Amino acid sequence: MSTFLAAAAEGPTVQAGGWFLENVWIIPAIMAVSFAIILGFGKRMPRGGSEVGIAAVGVCFVLALLTAGQWIGQTNTADACTPETCELIVDDHHDDEDHGEDDHGDEDHGDEDDHDDEDHGEDEGAFAVDPTSGSSDGESAAALSAFVEEGGEGGAAPIAVVSERTWWSNGGIDFTVGTMVDGLTVTLLVVVTLVSLLVHIYSTDYVAGDRRFTHFFAFLSLFTAAMLFFVTSANVLQMIVGWELVGVCSFSLIGHWWEDQDNSDAALKAFLTNRVGDMGLLIGMIILFFASGEQWGIIEINQGAVDGSTSHTMLLIAALCLLAAVMSKSGQFFLHTWLPDAMAGPTPVSALIHAATMVVAGVYLIARLYGVFFEGLSIAGSSINALAVIGAVTTLVGASLAFVQNDIKKVLAYSTISQLGYMTLALGVGAWTAAVFHLTTHAFFKACLFLGAGSVSHAVHSFDMKKDMGGMRKFMPTTYKTFLIGSIALAGLPPLAGFWSKDEILAGTGGWGFFEGESHANGAYTVMLIMGMITAGLTAAYMTRVMYLTFFGEFRGGHHEEHAHTVDAAHAVDTHDAHDSHDAHADHGHHGDPHESGPRILWPLRILAFLAVVAGLMNLPKGFLGLGENITLRFEHFVEPRGALSYFPAISHADPSWSLAIFSTLVVLAAVGVAYYYYFVKVNRQSPAATEMVNGPTERNRLLKAGHTMLVNKYYLDHIYDGGTRVGAAGATAMGTIFGAAAGLTLGFSLDNGLNQDFVPSLIWGIVLGLVVFTIVTTALRTGTGIATFVKRPLAFAANWVHEHIIDGAVDEVGKNSVKAADAVYKYIDQGAIDRSVNAAGRGSQGAGGEMRRWSTGQVQQYGTVMFAGATLLAGLLIIVI
Amino acid sequence: MYLVQFLVLSSILFCIGVYGVLARRNAVLVLMSIELILNSVNINLIAFGAFNGAAIPAEVFALFIIAVAAAEVGVGLALVLTIYRNRKSIDLHEVDLLKG
Repeated sequence: MSTFLAAAAEGPTVQAGGWFLENVWIIPAIMAVSFAIILGFGKRMPRGGSEVGIAAVGVCFVLALLTAGQWIGQTNTADACTPETCELIVDDHHDDEDHGEDDHGDEDHGDEDDHDDEDHGEDEGAFAVDPTSGSSDGESAAALSAFVEEGGEGGAAPIAVVSERTWWSNGGIDFTVGTMVDGLTVTLLVVVTLVSLLVHIYSTDYVAGDRRFTHFFAFLSLFTAAMLFFVTSANVLQMIVGWELVGVCSFSLIGHWWEDQDNSDAALKAFLTNRVGDMGLLIGMIILFFASGEQWGIIEINQGAVDGSTSHTMLLIAALCLLAAVMSKSGQFFLHTWLPDAMAGPTPVSALIHAATMVVAGVYLIARLYGVFFEGLSIAGSSINALAVIGAVTTLVGASLAFVQNDIKKVLAYSTISQLGYMTLALGVGAWTAAVFHLTTHAFFKACLFLGAGSVSHAVHSFDMKKDMGGMRKFMPTTYKTFLIGSIALAGLPPLAGFWSKDEILAGTGGWGFFEGESHANGAYTVMLIMGMITAGLTAAYMTRVMYLTFFGEFRGGHHEEHAHTVDAAHAVDTHDAHDSHDAHADHGHHGDPHESGPRILWPLRILAFLAVVAGLMNLPKGFLGLGENITLRFEHFVEPRGALSYFPAISHADPSWSLAIFSTLVVLAAVGVAYYYYFVKVNRQSPAATEMVNGPTERNRLLKAGHTMLVNKYYLDHIYDGGTRVGAAGATAMGTIFGAAAGLTLGFSLDNGLNQDFVPSLIWGIVLGLVVFTIVTTALRTGTGIATFVKRPLAFAANWVHEHIIDGAVDEVGKNSVKAADAVYKYIDQGAIDRSVNAAGRGSQGAGGEMRRWSTGQVQQYGTVMFAGATLLAGLLIIVI
Repeated sequence: MYLVQFLVLSSILFCIGVYGVLARRNAVLVLMSIELILNSVNINLIAFGAFNGAAIPAEVFALFIIAVAAAEVGVGLALVLTIYRNRKSIDLHEVDLLKG
């Protein structure tokens, strides 16, 4: 168990322990049991099983809080560990000779301790000081000085708690199951259980009366269980299991109303798109297993990556394979297309998927295996890498597509894509803490926005902002307020949550130093900074658009609901009246007016809105307003593995910058201003019920119109995936441009190491290469009839020929021969051998029975005679023998 | 007195008994023949006990056998009575319900 104890750690570390940290498996187990109970008995319960789900997730939330509290306590105790109290550790390492043996001995002790912990579970606060530190050459002096330096920042660091059991052994490899708890895990535990709890409560109202109410709650439980299992995994095998479970649950929940073909298609699309990435996941994990010396453990794999014992090439390939998995799961460009379609599921599920579970899994995967990504993609010291590029492109693509959606949930879906891009970008530039922090704050405000959108649609029975919404703030004041708070948090205006995390990401790119002439240890990702900044502006603008279309202007809906009531003749008449006098509609059709949702919907909204306001205070920048170290950077302090731990790469932290914060705020304000002017002033002046300007800029300007068309068609990605039957030249060109530019940029930056040093030549290189690729693609398109027919038709032809002649022929042949063989078997073996022997046995019995029959006369005396004859015979034999 | 005299007597009784069991058609006589066989065994037992000096007196076994024989005759006569009621005959040759 826990071989990582013996591995090299540069700083002093303290093994954290404690009942909740070691028994964290209970949390997913509770949810799994809840799933089983709801599925088995839910329908017979008074509230259809929802009470079981809420109770289970509530208990899990409390347990998660206790676990987090224990982790914080352990961190604080580690902080208080001064060089005097921890002198023992340092002394151990003065003895170079006994180093290895000591390690072994201590490791064994540690094992025993751990076992005891599991058995008794009451040694909270009891510390097994990790005796191992120092690199392989045993530089105790370095360890000591590192310790002293660390001591200035607050003592030693607690290391992850791993509790494992061997599942089975094969070929000398132990396959273990277990849990690993560190700051990242407890963060996710709290976020997932909290959001899931609120979603559960919200759902009791939202899906009330649904025909598969019980099924819905059962799968909410399983979904939560899967995600909790995923985040507490101690090894990558478990991560794969959790990952796939999450995928299956999302499939089931997106297709909750599967009677509708669209919904079932969306569920399939989500599942199949994820399968594409899952191939990458499997291959990546297998590569990691072999590359790291046949290890499954997360800590061991990271260790191998960080200390350089795993081949860099292998890490690069594994990281790229895993990146494919992340792209599908976390909705990164260009595998994001399933995510907006997944809006077909019930809104609480969308909130759960987008805030806490499904899509976060990809980001979590990178954060968990950060050593692999950091070293494999050479994040430190470069200015571009695949992860950062994917993230940056995704933020822009998502934010731009969010502009043209009429469905309020799809806006939020693209917004999620965009924000996930932010997280990936942050991880790509080495801002690990910023990414995890943004994940947390985003979970709160995006859940708030989704549930708010659900509340609105619950009232108007539609998601279409242009047709059925507008002016909702009059009808739903609480929903309006919470949605507004969520929007501001998403847009990133201070002091709400989104501002702090977004600003930390932007600072973490290190690109701001480019303008100030400073260098950054993680590399200066200037391009990422610019793209992130543009996204910040776009985000603010599209959220202003959503606010206007949903809550301001004039209510445009109502007729849908009235149509639903046409059974009632009086209502139908009223409806016609209302349609005739559109002006007085809002006053007139009182029965069609939407109304505010119930408390079970509003209270989760209020809680999430509150969190969206205050969550950012968890990680105030260093030195903010002269605040002390015990107030700022708390999130980083407790979540990020510290103390140069061997399983976490040595990332450097960006210094907060007032100028950057002010600049990004100005960008956001400017974007809000422009959107406000367009919608609140110009469109509103045209008509309170209008949604877009008549003869607006996209209709006047050809370039803008082309751009708009491209956005409406979602960059033609779906067209291309559909098989190219509808692929237009514009879509293919867009693909050519994007891929050409992206590939060109990546190649241009990484072709020559010298190029990394200088931004301008590498940009030129990138553009030149991008143009070359672009030209090739467009030429191919002009000569042929597009990629699809160009490649697809001969391919399909060949495939069909192979199918008909080779595969079908083989299958036919196999079928015919099977029939022949079966005939022979029937004739010779079944009829000839088996039946004959059975018949013979029957006839033999019959004959023997007939013969024996004559002996059974029923005459007792005859039997007696035979018996006495036999006895006499035996007696005679006895005499002869003896 | 020799042991063999008792054994000869016992064998004669036994053979008469066996003959009676196998040859007589009257069920009551068959039962009586069985008693003869049992008594021949009793004689055997007592003779061996008297001549060889067993630890437990052989008469005990003989008494047991007599008791058991009495019970057996009781059951046997009950059977015979039932057969007679059903068939108006106690001829064993006619009792062949188990004929195959």
